[in-house]
Amino acid sequence: MCLGVPGKVTEIRGEGEIRMGTVDFGGVRRDACLAYMPEVEVGDYVIVHVGFAISRVDEEEAARSYALLAEMGNLENIDLPQDPEGVRDFIAEGPAAGPPAEADP
Amino acid sequence: MRFVDEYRDGAIARRLLDEIRGMVTRDWTIMEVCGGQTHTLVRSGIDELLPPQIRLVHGPGCPVCVTPVALIDEAIAIAKRPECILTSFGDMLRVPGSSEDLHMARAAGGDVRVVYSPLDAVEIARRNPGRTVVFFAVGFETTAPANASAVKLAHDTGVENFALLVAHVLVPPAMMAILVSPGNRVQGFLAPGHVCAVQGFTEYEPIARDFGTPIVVTGFEPIDLLEGIRMVVAQLEEGRAEVENQYVRAVTREGNVPARRVVAEVFEVCDRAWRGIGVIEKSGFRLTETYRHHDAEVRFPREGAPASESEVCIAGEVLRGRARPHDCPAFGERCTPEHPLGAPMVSNEGACAAYFLAGRSRAEVST
Repeated sequence: MCLGVPGKVTEIRGEGEIRMGTVDFGGVRRDACLAYMPEVEVGDYVIVHVGFAISRVDEEEAARSYALLAEMGNLENIDLPQDPEGVRDFIAEGPAAGPPAEADP
Repeated sequence: MRFVDEYRDGAIARRLLDEIRGMVTRDWTIMEVCGGQTHTLVRSGIDELLPPQIRLVHGPGCPVCVTPVALIDEAIAIAKRPECILTSFGDMLRVPGSSEDLHMARAAGGDVRVVYSPLDAVEIARRNPGRTVVFFAVGFETTAPANASAVKLAHDTGVENFALLVAHVLVPPAMMAILVSPGNRVQGFLAPGHVCAVQGFTEYEPIARDFGTPIVVTGFEPIDLLEGIRMVVAQLEEGRAEVENQYVRAVTREGNVPARRVVAEVFEVCDRAWRGIGVIEKSGFRLTETYRHHDAEVRFPREGAPASESEVCIAGEVLRGRARPHDCPAFGERCTPEHPLGAPMVSNEGACAAYFLAGRSRAEVST
């Protein structure tokens, strides 16, 4: 239920009473309500939940924290897990990353 | 997709697992509260790759699962009224009520419509002025701003035929109920990232302090979850109990202030019953006085037989982290996603469905 999908704001418009926008989720575009994101601009990434942007993705913070992880991932002499399969293929087996389904929050 | 794919990197995952293995000196039990996190953990196998000292238990963070049977029955009764249209998120439709579910109500002629956003339900109300459109407002803090916005829009624009059937619940009171329950084993929490994106995490600070329980606000991808677990384990091993934020790219301490303001205008805190758990004080929302005429329970008072539950299902134990799905005698046999006895087998966030879909059988899991 609390599924939130990150997407890029490609358009902002006032629609009747509410600030609306178009958000691109990896190529699939959907409308989203931006009423709770007054500071968001075109080009920003937001997390969308049931048609509402609830949070702006802080790209600087993301880059900083990810750099630490990536550096760690690149370290040599990693002790691989003992299980025969190794870490499962997260990219293939990870949760569905697609855009929000039509009617399935 | 950006901000998704890079958080599924196998090399980083191995390194995080290695670090967790390196720091564990004793047994720890950690609960992930959110059902979305449960699914990622089980689906990616993280729970099985962690060192044996780390036991993950799955929490009550599946709003579909904790919505009381009585409210499901109420939704079904509303759907059957010819003057009503019942609108809902899709995953509520197959949750069993006392004797049927919303799918069956629809098959029997009830007007049940699945919507993507609660704003869609307001639009349906606008287009059907002769009928009352009820939206089944299920969810945690994450969903409250959307539902509040829908009610406020209907109220402000005179859409009088729009009502909410409110089943809103809150995370921090549930965490406290778990911590004070007899036999509690939970020693640290992964707090739900999107709940905190809205609410911030100041509410969790007194819980961490008063109960001496580490809480790490955590995202939803495998790397997020492994990093969150590493942070909780580090606190446990060092004897710290603080709120830390793993999900820095989306969560701030204050949360989404405009959203919180509207939620506070539209909803007020009340006691709520949680399916399988019982009433938890101050653990949910109801509409405030200004908006109460949009409350479906006020417009359509409950009638009919009292709600009843499956006698076999151990959902309450699963939701409190006291049992795991495959501990249930009905798991995967009498109870499957096709024929669920309890809500956690229905929802795409339910722990039982997560185990079933990952192919965990009762026989092959011994813990």
